[in-house]
Amino acid sequence: MAKTPVTFTLNGQSKSAFADPGQNLLDFLRRGVGDLTPKFGCGQGTCGACTVTIDGETRLSCLVLAETVYGREVGTAAGLADGAALDPLQTVFMEHFAAQCGYCTPGMLVSARALLDRNPRPSREEVIEAISGNLCRCTGYEPIITAILAVAEGRARA
Amino acid sequence: MTVVETYPTLDQAARAMGGDAAFLGGGTLVMRAVNEGVAPARLIRVTGPGLSELRVSGDSVRIGAGVTMADVLASRDLEFLHPVARVIGGPQVRNMATVAGNLFAAHPFGDFAAALLALDARVIGAGQGGARPVADVLRDRARAGLVAAIEVPRPRDPKAFGFLKVSRVKPRGVSILSIAAYLPREGGRIRGARVAFGAMGPVPLRSSGAERALEGQSLGAAAIDSAASAATEGLDPPTDEIASAWYRKEVAGVHLKRLLTDMERR
Amino acid sequence: MNDMTTSGPMVEFRKDIFADERDDNLNEIGKPTRRQDIPGHVTGRSPFFDDHLFDGLLHMRCVRSPHHHARIRRIDTSVAQRMPGVVRVLTGRDVPVNLNTLLSLLDFGLDDEPILSEKKVAYRGEPVAAVIARSEAEARAAVAEVEVDWEVLPHVFDVEEAIKPGAPAVLEIYPNNTFVYHGKYDHQKLRYGEADRALAEADHVIEGRYQMSPIEQAPIETCGAIAAPEQNDRYVCYTSTQALFFSLGTAAKVLSMPSSRLHFVGGTVGGGFGGKVDSVHEPLAILGAILTGHPVKYAWDRAEEMQVGAPRGAERWYITDGVMNDGRIVARKFTGYFDAGAYTRLSSYAIIKGVGHLPGPYTIPNVSANVYCVYTNRTPATAMRGFGITGVDFAIEAHMDKVAEAVGLNPVELRLLNAYRDGDMKAHRRVAKNCALIECAQVVAEKAGIALSPEMKAASSLKDGGGARGELPRRTATDEDGRVAGFAATSYARKEGSASAPQPHPPQSPAVPSRPQGSQPAPAVTSGQRPPAGGSMPPAGGSPSATPQPEKASARKPARSGAMRFSSLSGFRRR
Repeated sequence: MAKTPVTFTLNGQSKSAFADPGQNLLDFLRRGVGDLTPKFGCGQGTCGACTVTIDGETRLSCLVLAETVYGREVGTAAGLADGAALDPLQTVFMEHFAAQCGYCTPGMLVSARALLDRNPRPSREEVIEAISGNLCRCTGYEPIITAILAVAEGRARA
Repeated sequence: MTVVETYPTLDQAARAMGGDAAFLGGGTLVMRAVNEGVAPARLIRVTGPGLSELRVSGDSVRIGAGVTMADVLASRDLEFLHPVARVIGGPQVRNMATVAGNLFAAHPFGDFAAALLALDARVIGAGQGGARPVADVLRDRARAGLVAAIEVPRPRDPKAFGFLKVSRVKPRGVSILSIAAYLPREGGRIRGARVAFGAMGPVPLRSSGAERALEGQSLGAAAIDSAASAATEGLDPPTDEIASAWYRKEVAGVHLKRLLTDMERR
Repeated sequence: MNDMTTSGPMVEFRKDIFADERDDNLNEIGKPTRRQDIPGHVTGRSPFFDDHLFDGLLHMRCVRSPHHHARIRRIDTSVAQRMPGVVRVLTGRDVPVNLNTLLSLLDFGLDDEPILSEKKVAYRGEPVAAVIARSEAEARAAVAEVEVDWEVLPHVFDVEEAIKPGAPAVLEIYPNNTFVYHGKYDHQKLRYGEADRALAEADHVIEGRYQMSPIEQAPIETCGAIAAPEQNDRYVCYTSTQALFFSLGTAAKVLSMPSSRLHFVGGTVGGGFGGKVDSVHEPLAILGAILTGHPVKYAWDRAEEMQVGAPRGAERWYITDGVMNDGRIVARKFTGYFDAGAYTRLSSYAIIKGVGHLPGPYTIPNVSANVYCVYTNRTPATAMRGFGITGVDFAIEAHMDKVAEAVGLNPVELRLLNAYRDGDMKAHRRVAKNCALIECAQVVAEKAGIALSPEMKAASSLKDGGGARGELPRRTATDEDGRVAGFAATSYARKEGSASAPQPHPPQSPAVPSRPQGSQPAPAVTSGQRPPAGGSMPPAGGSPSATPQPEKASARKPARSGAMRFSSLSGFRRR
């Protein structure tokens, strides 16, 4: 199997690794690069657990051919915190019990961060729309929506 | 195992296509098939620019094959299609899925294609000058070839176009069915009614019953009722995890009535 | 830390209710708290089973039945074995003990389910072979090349069709398609008072039929495990299981290996909701690691999770109530059918739990129930959030509304009128205490704007209970309906001859001498067998595994006492 070298930026750092033919970005990030924050939930584009950003826009990494990120900027939940300093979204998710099993959380946070970067003061409806591609089976979404709004409204204590 | 072939232009990609190949556009359909081990052996992709072009010329908009649902939503010229693009997948899918790819989405997907069908959009194939009606492409998708662009006529009266997607889960769910209706009026009478259903057959299909009932009428309670009762004439919807054929047939007219009533009040 | 309740109306504390019973100096209850594992969740560092990287990881995928019910004439793996990347193909012959039922670890039910079926499949998606390959794609491709010669058999999907004479037998060991309770009956019985006599004397008789669908737990993380050879002749297994020690016990049993050689790591579960309680993927992953010497991952994809992941089983309930003109329910009869699917899993237990819950939170002096655990050619059912209770509660509460309509009562008042009050006798012969349904219903009525009569507004769980309502029925009508032969009468389901002589009455104390266990509950011994020779008892408490040796029916060891932290399994304890 001919492997394809892929050089790209992951959370601001330059990375190079070999992608297998047909390998999706999720598997490539996890096993090829070692970023385990995107999760496999469906492989069909339904659940959003594998959500990453490519050049700032959210994508489902399970449906992205790994080699197509050559030269592009990929962002994952691993890039949210700056060392020990958490993103306000991470802090507020903890305070609002916005994660139970934690499996959807990295993808949910990537979607939430992309929303706030684009629209720092979203309405409740805009928050719901922004996370509508991320399934959560535990919390029932309400604490997640509340948490994201808390950051947007500046109520979070980052 | 999968082999990926990358070409600089769509024409070169078109020449490389064949029965054992799939064209990789936004990835939402083809990469799923790759993940499930059911994709063709060769994936064909194009790196060159130009596919994502949106161009307005006169009464129509030319949508390049690489234009995504998010691109549609970002375009003022395509405002009449915003209600359609908004209900395709979630945000991540809309950042990836292309308008052209939606023509090839298997049931129960393909809601955007239903809208294109109602608007009588035309498909420009790779390396071809002429355009074919969307209905021709939908009729035999396996042999449709590569799509370079889609030409969508812009409704002169934006209120003449209506779209409704019915799903159990909101704001993002798979279609029970979707309805696109284009009802241009001349002197208060509907001339050239086009009503298309998504998820009511293997591909998006027009409702000849509803169109016949609306043609030449003014959009009012009587015409709406007769369109609703004729809505599923000749349609044989599939049974799947979302809904049974029986249920789809039962509710199709009800939802058509709601859409048309909403259009009447605009 | 922020108060979670300030940002939304999530919790309203009604401290006015039972105020004199409340001790408000609690440190945790009623106060928001932060999950101890949540920093890992929000940073994406919580280690789920698939977050363990191994060099040279192999991937396993199963060959599954396309049929609902079929005999296997032949499995040909020769082409698959030669496919690119394929390391090994497993069939049932490779599994040391290829028959299992989780509840048999607790001496409750017969082993009925192969890990990889060799002779017959009873549901669509049942695994018959497992391919181990270098990549998942190669494993998938090779799975498609395993040839199975099927003899398709008639199938049955409906619970009442399944128990009719002549229906296809889903499982050979339960030929009538019903689980055998207590070694005696084809259904679980509840008899309390004289329901038929009370029905005959009631002002109204109200019947209802209620059906629910199976429900998939649909965790975002699919079921999976990674196993790898470890030092000291052990195998490590990272798994998505919800019940690590069930999985450990099952793996030890299926692999015929002492559990001390198995190093299970779990506890970080990407959603389970019951669907990962009786997971059976670990033994295959470990077997793959044993036979190849490499780390092996066996994980379901989403389609497998939905198709073969055991759901909450569907239930069908028939309820007949005898009701007086004033709304008092004087008799309630149930006939229930649990759709277990093709294998027992946890359905037999769900029924024990469900029957203990009847007739719902209402004081009804005459109650009778026949509840059947029925095998069909559907995906085997298992646990899900309150299973055994949820389905019948749907039936009961829907029926309460029907009764209210029939007798012309406000549905909330009907519930208030019949609700348990402190001191009342319940149908499973325990006195009700700490009741709160009346108060809950009063608050619901208030919130929903439903007017209650002054009398109902004044009702209280603390008043008017007990007395005559607290007495056991003078007479209880019993019967021998549904009696079956061939199973030893002293166990829940054991084939004749595999246990000691039948005992007419369950022993008051365990048959096995129990060890001093401090505050542990009474041992959960259900077997009527002789105790094993001294010294062969597994140590009490602490060690979680059940006796891990493969058990032959004739040399079965008694259930573990005390160690199984499953005290809610009331059905396991002799009363």
